[in-house]
Amino acid sequence: MSAALLRAAPALTVAAFGLPIAAGLLGTVLPAFGHMPAIGVDQWGLQAWQALFDHPGFATSLWLTLRIGLLATVLSVLLAVGLAGLLATRPAAARLGAWLAPVLATPHSALAIGLAFLIAPSGWLVRWVSPGLTGWALPPDATTVGHVSGLAVVACLLLKEVPYLVLMILGALNQVAAPAQLAAARALGHSAASAFLKVLLPQVWPQIRLPVFAVLAFSLSVVDVALVLGPGNPPTLAVLALRWFSAPDVQRYPQAAAAALLLLGLVAACLLAWHAADRLLARLGRRWIERGGRGGAVVPASALAAGAGLVLLALTALLLLALGLWSLAGAWRYPDALPSVWTLGNWQQQGASLAGPAANTALVALCATAVALVLTLACLENESAGGVPAKRRAGPTGNTGRTSNTGGQRSLWLLYLPLLVPQVAFLFGAQVLLVRARLDATYLAVVWTHLIFVLPYLYLSLADPWRAFDARYARTGASLGASRWRVFWRIKLPILLKPTLIACAVAFAVSVGQYLPTLFAGSGRIATLTTEAVTLASGADRRVTAVWALLQALLPLAAFVLATALHRWCFAGRRGMA
Amino acid sequence: MPMNRRTHLASLLALLSAPTISPAQTAPDWAATLAKARGQTVYFNAWAGDAQTNAFIAWAGAELQARHGVQVTHVRLKDTAEAVTRVIAEKAAGRTADGSIDLVWINGPNFLAMKQQGLLHGPVTPLLPNFQLVDTTVKRSNVIDFTTPVDGFAVPWKLAQIVFIYDSARIPNPADVPRSAEALLAWARKHPGRLTHPNPSNFLGATFLKQMLYELAPDLAAMQQPATDETFARTSAPLWAWYAQLRPLLWRGGRQFPDNGSAQRQLLNDGEIDITLSFNPAEAAVSAASGLLPPTVRSFGLRKGSIGNTSFVAIPFNAAHKEGALVLANFLLAPATQARAQDIAQMGSPNVLDLRRLGAADRALFDRLTPSAALPSAADLGPPQLEPHASWMTRVTAEWQRRTANP
Repeated sequence: MSAALLRAAPALTVAAFGLPIAAGLLGTVLPAFGHMPAIGVDQWGLQAWQALFDHPGFATSLWLTLRIGLLATVLSVLLAVGLAGLLATRPAAARLGAWLAPVLATPHSALAIGLAFLIAPSGWLVRWVSPGLTGWALPPDATTVGHVSGLAVVACLLLKEVPYLVLMILGALNQVAAPAQLAAARALGHSAASAFLKVLLPQVWPQIRLPVFAVLAFSLSVVDVALVLGPGNPPTLAVLALRWFSAPDVQRYPQAAAAALLLLGLVAACLLAWHAADRLLARLGRRWIERGGRGGAVVPASALAAGAGLVLLALTALLLLALGLWSLAGAWRYPDALPSVWTLGNWQQQGASLAGPAANTALVALCATAVALVLTLACLENESAGGVPAKRRAGPTGNTGRTSNTGGQRSLWLLYLPLLVPQVAFLFGAQVLLVRARLDATYLAVVWTHLIFVLPYLYLSLADPWRAFDARYARTGASLGASRWRVFWRIKLPILLKPTLIACAVAFAVSVGQYLPTLFAGSGRIATLTTEAVTLASGADRRVTAVWALLQALLPLAAFVLATALHRWCFAGRRGMA
Repeated sequence: MPMNRRTHLASLLALLSAPTISPAQTAPDWAATLAKARGQTVYFNAWAGDAQTNAFIAWAGAELQARHGVQVTHVRLKDTAEAVTRVIAEKAAGRTADGSIDLVWINGPNFLAMKQQGLLHGPVTPLLPNFQLVDTTVKRSNVIDFTTPVDGFAVPWKLAQIVFIYDSARIPNPADVPRSAEALLAWARKHPGRLTHPNPSNFLGATFLKQMLYELAPDLAAMQQPATDETFARTSAPLWAWYAQLRPLLWRGGRQFPDNGSAQRQLLNDGEIDITLSFNPAEAAVSAASGLLPPTVRSFGLRKGSIGNTSFVAIPFNAAHKEGALVLANFLLAPATQARAQDIAQMGSPNVLDLRRLGAADRALFDRLTPSAALPSAADLGPPQLEPHASWMTRVTAEWQRRTANP
């Protein structure tokens, strides 16, 4: 590997996602303040904001957005802590952890489509007990999907964010000698729940701060889930902005841009507020720990949270099953608990039209993952060679007491940027740029926009295993005369193959799930399973939607299976590597 | 009164003169078009919320590839406005050729916006050999779209007329179905929570409101002109008074609405409501045949008739593959294509042709279509009413949003 190229890697990586975001934001800021000559708007001022604030239902939209974002985040954290406590303290439960990755791989929109059918008043859950137990010959006229409270959106976000945070907590626990500390705490009379909350959690808390921020930002600005499960009139702020961005009346652009910017401000304000609350909570928590209680209300509360977390996992399994049934249904009417007519016709009919988008999805995901992998590995190699890491080294900010992986929080922020800035806030501006550069609707554009989101996930999942690599292996190789390149290929990569493959599968899943970036960069021309599934979810035919959503969920799952199989195949018969 | 209104409409129609289109003496040109089209890929931007229509477009694409070597890519839209926005963005970026959209399925406000802003290529209808078969006299919406003269800038490809659909297993007596605005309100009083309409930000939802406007407005003539604050307020007042009574009786208390017609059809199939509506008179038949609705569904129209319009395809000014787009537009008008489109086993959309201009063999294609009890008779459906000026749709939608935004 050329040293000069390696040294350029961090800058290249940051530019790969930093530039489009910065340029995109600029392309949103200008119209919001009255500058968009292309549509004849060229008078600096606040007219766009006035139009936004005067829009009927604006206040409701704002409040709805805020409620969904905060509620989803608070509940995600509570349930994730409960579930992680269960998985970390009970060896029998630990096996459940293996189920988290596939759930994480399922795109939001597929979950939303499945959940919509599960919880509708005429949905699967009601059909099981009707009319037998409920007496409902007709479905009740009650709102679940699309309720003005946004609770359905919150529920769907929980399905995905809870496993994400649990995995983050469990990953962080790997670095703090959890079993030994747990045993010590138990010996001092702590219940399992209390030991987890008072001894282990405070140690990993700093490491899940950023993931929680990502959850908060995502929940505030989510589009695809809100389209399927959220109220339509008025919708969330992100959906409102999207609606205006794609309105036939171009004069709506400025107010769409204003809405997108407002969302950005809302996310920033919420992050700050969350940060303040976090510090307060930490202080209170410290006092609570110092009081030295051994159990008390903690035990039932933890059990409740863990139970709710398990219910979420069960819901996910159920809704995927429901999607599977719908994809095989000829006719399935209320109150039948199962389809009355079965058929393979849905798959056969969709077969031809599935092929193109499925190939697009896989191609884009593979390319984005490959580019992200090269950039990430180059950054990490550069770092281990003593160059400046992409996340610049700063003093340890956590309290894990380990310096080997305490990259500075500051540069980590940079990596989290794409996950913190609402997509609608910069994708529109980026689209204008793409059109100007005649790059819109090209695979290059779509891969690049996916890269913005794939890169952070790949980097964050690879950085820790890579830094934990025992450098003595490399030194031994070098002392035997192997070049750096050879050490990388023959020693480092094989040892780190498993985390690398899993990280690639995560990155692949992230790419598959992208809705807005594909829509904007692809100009609607590059269809993926996700864009098609969300389009179909707005009505159409539930049987057809199920086929698309299911395939959308299966593709990332296949990537995970492939990653595991590939690793096993590479090291078949080599003990200690498998 | 009703008779009065209809004669009023008819006289208005007479006033609107047909656009002059030069006779299509274009055979040599057409051969040249076919030659240039071969090998092109046509990006057909079309609303994709209906599986039957998507399948039909896929079939047309395969046929075109086989016959003329033109590849068709269906760019699936959630809303036609997406395509309009894209053309505007391209124009804003100075891309006057080599645009990303070759053909778009369009009508109403979207067509008006594109035509007004000079975003369409044309006139194109004189170039198409099959356009001679199109009915431009009886099916007036083929040449006047929402009161906007088409002037050859868009090619008709299927007809639409509002029809209501119910499940005869739930409403056994056909005499009980509500065939007027007043009857709908009375029915909703008896069956609260069992009636709804698509969200008016969707064209079908907006059309439902326009239909009720036709039912209730004191003066229909005003709607053939662009709406002003004054005419809109006066004409729509009875509609809002009626709607204020209806809304609390709707499904979910009128606080939530299905996104579009397909979503409402799903609600009927799920048993959540008793009546749905469609722009496709054959919707009930098509959906029953494909299992989307129970076999017991039937159709009905309003006593005074219902709004009808035409779906067009149009070519953006900067389309990269204009010849291929023309070949596709011409293919959509072929008698065999139109007959297939009308068959309920396919799409069930009424044809745009003047069947008298067809040869006997071609005409016979239309006699062999799949029959169904769920198809409405002409009497059930009532006479098609012309769409009001596109500005009415925009205003009705905006006003509805204003009135319902704060529950």
